[in-house]
Amino acid sequence: MNAVSLAATSGTHVTEDLSKYAMAVRGLTVSYGGKPVVFSVDMSIPTGSMTAIIGPNGAGKSTTLKAALGILKPLSGHVTIFGQPLDQARQRVSYVPQRASVDWDFPTRVIDVVLMGLYRQVGLLKRFSPALRAKALDCLTRVGMEEFATRQIGQLSGGQQQRVFLARALAQDADLYLLDEPFAGVDAATERAIIAVLKDLQARGKTVVAVHHDLATVPAYFDRVFIINTRAIAEGPLDTAFTDRALQEAYGGRLSTNHIEGLAQVS
Amino acid sequence: MFGAEFVPLSLPPLVIGSLAAVACALPGNFLVLRRQALIGDAISHVVLPGIVLAFLVTGSLGTWPMMIGAAAAALVAVALIEAIRRIGGIEPGAAMGVVFTTLFAAGVLLLERSDTSSVHLDVEHALMGSLESLIWLDGTGWGSLFDPEALAYLPPELPRLAITLTIVALLTAIFWRPLKISTFDPGFAQVIGLPTTLIGLGLVSTAAMAAVAAFDAVGSIIVIAMFICPPAAARLMTNRLEIQILWSVLFAVLSATTGYILAGYGPLWLGADNTVSAAGMIATVAGLILGLAALFGPCRNRAGAPLGA
Repeated sequence: MNAVSLAATSGTHVTEDLSKYAMAVRGLTVSYGGKPVVFSVDMSIPTGSMTAIIGPNGAGKSTTLKAALGILKPLSGHVTIFGQPLDQARQRVSYVPQRASVDWDFPTRVIDVVLMGLYRQVGLLKRFSPALRAKALDCLTRVGMEEFATRQIGQLSGGQQQRVFLARALAQDADLYLLDEPFAGVDAATERAIIAVLKDLQARGKTVVAVHHDLATVPAYFDRVFIINTRAIAEGPLDTAFTDRALQEAYGGRLSTNHIEGLAQVS
Repeated sequence: MFGAEFVPLSLPPLVIGSLAAVACALPGNFLVLRRQALIGDAISHVVLPGIVLAFLVTGSLGTWPMMIGAAAAALVAVALIEAIRRIGGIEPGAAMGVVFTTLFAAGVLLLERSDTSSVHLDVEHALMGSLESLIWLDGTGWGSLFDPEALAYLPPELPRLAITLTIVALLTAIFWRPLKISTFDPGFAQVIGLPTTLIGLGLVSTAAMAAVAAFDAVGSIIVIAMFICPPAAARLMTNRLEIQILWSVLFAVLSATTGYILAGYGPLWLGADNTVSAAGMIATVAGLILGLAALFGPCRNRAGAPLGA
């Protein structure tokens, strides 16, 4: 079941092997109130890569992630995770929502949020073993938040909240990490800590995809880009996809690209 | 007040009031955190026409006709809200407001126009319940608590609410983790495979069950107050959901017992010779507890306050 049949425009069927991709999205269309925000998008994330999803505000970056993960219901489209449908691959996926999408006033402690990442291991009623608790604490240590384990989450700064979310994702021991704007509104130290953790994940063979805003840091942080503005505009390694032309197409005339170091020089 | 009449006259309403309060407060904790607290309010309004119709059809106020009537009313309400929202193109909150108030008014009209004099079902009963009338004449003293014959004549509301509370508490305990995760972070919950829509529906259904069971004994005022006041006050006492639940149970029992005693004896202490509505006093005490928690609770947070406040 690793191959998926795709109906090509000509009407013939092409069989494509999707199992080489950590995530493969085909023909994804999502609309809000009759207006498409993501239109017929294909995305192929090779295993072990680190991809930035970039595009202007409202271009459908977060929507693509959410629809691929079943959080939003797409009009059409097909997604495989390591060649399998999402339902059979959930334990291999870790999702970090936008920090602002949850209520940080929620009455719970830092460590309890990280333990949520271990839910699939304990289910409804099983107790968290000392080993699992130690693991949760270790994940907090990896993001430099171990001292805050028993703090209420509302007492954290934005950067600290983002690190807690990352620690919860680490606790899941996934193979594919999908992060929605992990650097939004965080301090510089947190940004460095997060990118170090993500690069470490990649070094261990994991796959990382992040919705990203800051074009200037794309070359330093990622090795691939996926550029979207409702339609997919470019996807691939930086030297072929992170081009002036693709960025101009995505952002229109609003963007001056000459200050972005590492921009691929493709005429 | 702890004289010979305490067991037959005061103990049953105290226990029934407390059971009803806790049964509503438990799901109320999650409703408040999900900012759906007014659903409790809505449920208690919507069920009224359902209960009246169920009575008119079956001629009885048994548990099952009431539950089915309430459930049918809830379904009609959901369909109406959806229809008004789509046809009118307005936001769901406004559609809910229109539907719930209209259905409640229809329930009141139905009640007034139909002959329900043979049973405890009138407008006042719907609002206030009849806590004071839930007496246990066979309970002649504390010894009756161990007398199976006397226990058989306990007001039926008591075992009914005890069973309801047991079910609500069990559901809360069993589904604790999914409830907590999906309340805090629905997107994450969905990706790890939790059925968030089903969990939300389950929570609202559980709240509805508690509301219907409590409604009969204590009226809709207490139901509305208990869904919101004890959980909201409890939230201001702690920053941990586990402990918040315990505080909410404590506040619910405290409101029910203090409110009942104040209603029955408060006017006497003040020199008057009448009593006031127990349901009204219980809801008032719950509101006072919330007010005190809002002023002095250790875990108040001004994050949501407008700038400069």
